[in-house]
Amino acid sequence: MSVLVIAEHDHALLKGATLNTVTAATRCSSDVHVLIAGYNAADAARQAAGIRGVTKVLHADAPQLEEQLAENIAAQVLAIASNYTHVLFPATAHGKNVAPRVAAKLDVAQISDIIKVVTHDTFERPIYAGNAIATVQSSDPIKIITVRTTAFDPAGHGSAAAIESLPPVADSGKSVFVGREVIKSDRPELTAATIIVSGGRGLGSAEKFTEVLTPIADKLGAALGASRAAVDAGYAPNDWQVGQTGKIVAPNLYVAIGISGAIQHLAGMKDSKVIVAINKDPEAPIFSVANYGLVADLFTAVPELVQAL
Amino acid sequence: MKILVPVKRVVDFNVKVRVKSDGSGVDITNVKMSMNPFDEIAVEEAVRLKEKGAAAEIIAVSCGVAACQETLRTAMAIGADRAILVETNDEPQPLAVAKLLQALVAKEQPQLVILGKQAIDDDNNQTGQMLAALLDWGQATFASRIEAQADAVTVTREVDSGLETVKLPLPAVITADLRLNEPRYVTLPNIMKAKKKPLLVTNPADLGVDVKTRLKTVKVSDPPARSAGVKVPDVATLVAKLKNEAKVI
Repeated sequence: MSVLVIAEHDHALLKGATLNTVTAATRCSSDVHVLIAGYNAADAARQAAGIRGVTKVLHADAPQLEEQLAENIAAQVLAIASNYTHVLFPATAHGKNVAPRVAAKLDVAQISDIIKVVTHDTFERPIYAGNAIATVQSSDPIKIITVRTTAFDPAGHGSAAAIESLPPVADSGKSVFVGREVIKSDRPELTAATIIVSGGRGLGSAEKFTEVLTPIADKLGAALGASRAAVDAGYAPNDWQVGQTGKIVAPNLYVAIGISGAIQHLAGMKDSKVIVAINKDPEAPIFSVANYGLVADLFTAVPELVQAL
Repeated sequence: MKILVPVKRVVDFNVKVRVKSDGSGVDITNVKMSMNPFDEIAVEEAVRLKEKGAAAEIIAVSCGVAACQETLRTAMAIGADRAILVETNDEPQPLAVAKLLQALVAKEQPQLVILGKQAIDDDNNQTGQMLAALLDWGQATFASRIEAQADAVTVTREVDSGLETVKLPLPAVITADLRLNEPRYVTLPNIMKAKKKPLLVTNPADLGVDVKTRLKTVKVSDPPARSAGVKVPDVATLVAKLKNEAKVI
């Protein structure tokens, strides 16, 4: 009984989310294979082979796999899916894009965003923005799963597994990559950061958002996040959004500044180890999940905090 | 171009649901129900494409209980031309919904299907991608911008690292993300007009689709509670606590 993990990578580097997904996979079986579908991705394949718990890496390399288009990646997964009892993707934008395509082609249900492997066919997953946890059981022959990466520890390094090359699938022709706007930042990536400073509508404007939060994020070496309200108001880009429909994070320290704590936001950050909330409204729901709450005007408290750190 | 827009009736996003004491699910009796917010964005986008002259007809579809007719009326008040309810009391799961939509696509022959990226009740984020797979169409998920051409759509997608743009030959499936648009307020005259628009009711058997549940819910429980911590009086105390007690900085 082997299981397959679909790696997330940029051809040169394996993304961290793959490591958490491997951990979830090892709870399903001891024989874990990793698929690297990419272009000039030998480096990513080598890194995957060195993950503890991985017994084999399958590497498909071709130009049509370079842009990770859902149609082509799904076809590459489908070419080998029948050899496995479970196929696991990280629940990232990429994993969410591809996994249901694979499930539908196999005529099986998908189990989204699992937070626990109970048995090989039973899993826990959050519903209603994490306000309830459903335990679901699948009777399908192949389980297609996306993994909430914050719920599983990253797998460590192990001895190098074998790398086998796979014939790449042909281009589907159903979508064409046009371009990408990657926001370059010196800050840690939001889902991988150990400290996150996050701002809400309390900041009042895009200028204030940057002016108040940048110094504290710099001081803490933190990633910057935002509530949906702040993103909606145009204070911060969408890829900073933390919440039910944004990114799910669980850093060691989450500093929520001017965030009221709508359930949609709490869904994305309440598994953080330590939560600090700074808000002038003592009734703000964010205080109900914060380890340390400071009722204060953020425009005076945050600069003070920068001084004190 | 004809556009199909599937919409789901869900617990309103402002409602904090309660888990039933017997663990069989969440209690939704007497709870406010609304159109899934991402589906509302999908309807709005279809209407804007029609207003720009890029679409000729918009058909809203819902799969579920009879009360989904209200959701479809809302979609028609935003601007959908007609609606189809696939009525069933079995809560169809994403794969079943995708198959129902596939059957409707075969009947209606739309060139574009626009859906919300996920429903805020089961948080699955599957139906659009599954439909694209069953139809063997291209897909553009998490759209924040759509540009329609005669035989293709160019879609900007929200991805983890920023934005990505893809071009899909039609027919295609698109799923809407938050920033695609801000849905209009539904006005009273449009609500009245929507009441007169055609709404066809069909069912899974007529469409030849088996909606049997594939994923069994064993139980539903409360998430582990996170207890509230302490309020600190000032910044100095906060820093001291973070350094000495929590040891995170």
